[in-house]
Amino acid sequence: MSKPMVIRGGRVIDPRNRVDGVRDVRLEDGRVAAVSERPLPLDGAEEVQAQGLWVTPGFIDLHVHLREPGEEAKETILSGTRAAVAGGFTAVAAMPNTLPVNDSALVTRLVRQRAAEANLARVYPVGAISKGLRGEEMAELGALGDAGCVAVTDDGRPVMNASLMRRVLVYTAPLRLPVMVHEEDLTLSAGGALTEGPRATRLGLLPIPRSAEVVMVARDLVLLEEVGGRLHVAHLSCAASVALVREAKRRGLRVTAEAAPHHFTLTDEAVEGWNTHAKMNPPLRHPEDVAAIREGLADGTIDAIATDHAPHGIMDKQVPYAEAANGVIGLETALPLTLELVRAGVLGPVRAMELLTSGPAVAFGLPGGHLAPGAPADVTLVDPGAEWTVEAARFQSKSRNTPYEGRKVLGRVVRTVVGGRTVWPLEETR
Amino acid sequence: MNPFSPRSLLTTEGMSRHDIELLFGRARLHARGLRAGTPLRSLAGRVVANLFFENSTRTRLSFERAAKALGADVLNFNASTSSVSKGESLVDTVRNVEALGANIIVLRHPASGAAHLVSGKVRCSVVNAGDGTHAHPSQALLDAFTLHERWGTLEGKTVAIVGDVLHSRVARSNLYCLTTLGARVVVAGPPTLVPVGLEGLGAQVLPSVDAALEEADAVMMLRVQLERQKESMFPTSAEYARAFGLTLGRARSLKPEAVVMHPGPVNRGVELAPEVADGPGNVILEQVANGVAVRMAILEACG
Repeated sequence: MSKPMVIRGGRVIDPRNRVDGVRDVRLEDGRVAAVSERPLPLDGAEEVQAQGLWVTPGFIDLHVHLREPGEEAKETILSGTRAAVAGGFTAVAAMPNTLPVNDSALVTRLVRQRAAEANLARVYPVGAISKGLRGEEMAELGALGDAGCVAVTDDGRPVMNASLMRRVLVYTAPLRLPVMVHEEDLTLSAGGALTEGPRATRLGLLPIPRSAEVVMVARDLVLLEEVGGRLHVAHLSCAASVALVREAKRRGLRVTAEAAPHHFTLTDEAVEGWNTHAKMNPPLRHPEDVAAIREGLADGTIDAIATDHAPHGIMDKQVPYAEAANGVIGLETALPLTLELVRAGVLGPVRAMELLTSGPAVAFGLPGGHLAPGAPADVTLVDPGAEWTVEAARFQSKSRNTPYEGRKVLGRVVRTVVGGRTVWPLEETR
Repeated sequence: MNPFSPRSLLTTEGMSRHDIELLFGRARLHARGLRAGTPLRSLAGRVVANLFFENSTRTRLSFERAAKALGADVLNFNASTSSVSKGESLVDTVRNVEALGANIIVLRHPASGAAHLVSGKVRCSVVNAGDGTHAHPSQALLDAFTLHERWGTLEGKTVAIVGDVLHSRVARSNLYCLTTLGARVVVAGPPTLVPVGLEGLGAQVLPSVDAALEEADAVMMLRVQLERQKESMFPTSAEYARAFGLTLGRARSLKPEAVVMHPGPVNRGVELAPEVADGPGNVILEQVANGVAVRMAILEACG
């Protein structure tokens, strides 16, 4: 057990407990021991000066591809959790589209074991909805939940079979497992490479209509209303999808949603020049979609900012656009991109941090995400004014596929604490 | 953007009228030389590599003829018999071809943006001979050249582009080239095959083929890819011919001096009635002949 820690004089932003002010925080035995407006005695603890910094609950990312097992050249659980803590994330949800697919308790246990060995961020496995992500037969959802999966998803692929989707909602309802969905009607997106619009036409990229996402969001909300369960919509990207989720929440449906930084900071303009580092699925959209995502983040329609961190190698990206792999890395840029919304006046600092902490924690029923006494001692220290330039070669992730290379950003993670132990900066670099 | 940067031709988008007219001047010279059997051998000793990752007979033959007429050595590369089938990446392939001594790579590839990608990875010149549904600049330049030689100017003329614009690199490249030269471009076709945003590229989208033909001084019939029928982009070839093809009836309603063009190969009886394909006003074989002269001018400018 690490030494107790007193984080002194920082601006504590703890959205769930409605705290936003200068506080001292004491961490002890892996838990938050005290949060106080008055200076706390050191009492044998390590003292961390945090004047001028934000002290927030550790960030939680509901949507990360760690690539292990199977694609360790792109990322491993070790390199991915290094990237996580470098970005201020103390917990990540690991998607099941590995090789083999995490559709069995065996793979879930392997992921947990490798995460324990890495001993950096907490890793919450997310199991597959269907065996082999094939969208045909249900995976052993109960066994996955028992083995430690916090949700199930076929992420990267939609559940095209509406009847299977309906049965999965029915079956998981008593298990209290959120069903996370990648919303894409493959018959509508088929063959497409970029959101339908003038730019897709000009670049000669076959169009993906936005209805490919929206009709699936609509379908799943109808199913949710009919049979219950918990629906979590991954990477919301279209204005009409945001409107559907907003309306469903208003009617009391148990739906949560996430949005990725690239969908609230970039439009399809980033694809200009067939930039494969701006290729992901769902694809980049239009300014009105970006505006709607921002509005959804601000008004509570969207519960969490999730990166969809998707590492790929050079050979997956240095190819013509239509042939390139989908996905961008995101763990190490999420904070400054979120803070761009604060500077733009879209989000206040408290709401911005809520989207990275208690928002995702509540959506998946995870511990953490707040700093009340007794909560896990997962804390992120942020210097909100630190300016830096994105340079993927300096990232902890094994992959370099970011559309933000060269972007000047504000906001840097100066320390990440998991279970009371400082994990960032990494021990060997301290 | 300079389309000849450094000396590559990737697209007609952004090409200046001056550049196009300079090219036409050279093409005219080459056309005379070809007719007289005394072509200018201005690329003697240079190496032109034809890299075709997609089936094409006429474009490859046209480039080969153009390169040989200029005195260049020609390397022909066919994707199906190459190391591509052994998994070599496009970038590795073009770097190898450059290392073999190619001064100009003529690239045909099924993916949009392929020529742009390649031009950033080699030092030699790249001529885009068609990339996916993005661009086919040499075809557009030879089409515009054909009209220019016939009319003297494109200023004030209306060109109708009819058919599957969604999948047509020829349509896109022609749109830029023709409007830059002062022509008005109207577009019509099956609504499922007319992409959004064409107005922003300078075209006027008309609700019917008849409306487009009525105003046309030239009509460019795009090739129908018959596999689109399987995708249910339109019901049948017969319905296509009736609703969107240049039937004999429609051809009779054209302005008397109107020109009929087609990038080839023609689906007779689908987008063009057989009588029209052979009828008066069609310049399809003129396009093919001009193609060599225009491609000579392009290779020379890149060499």
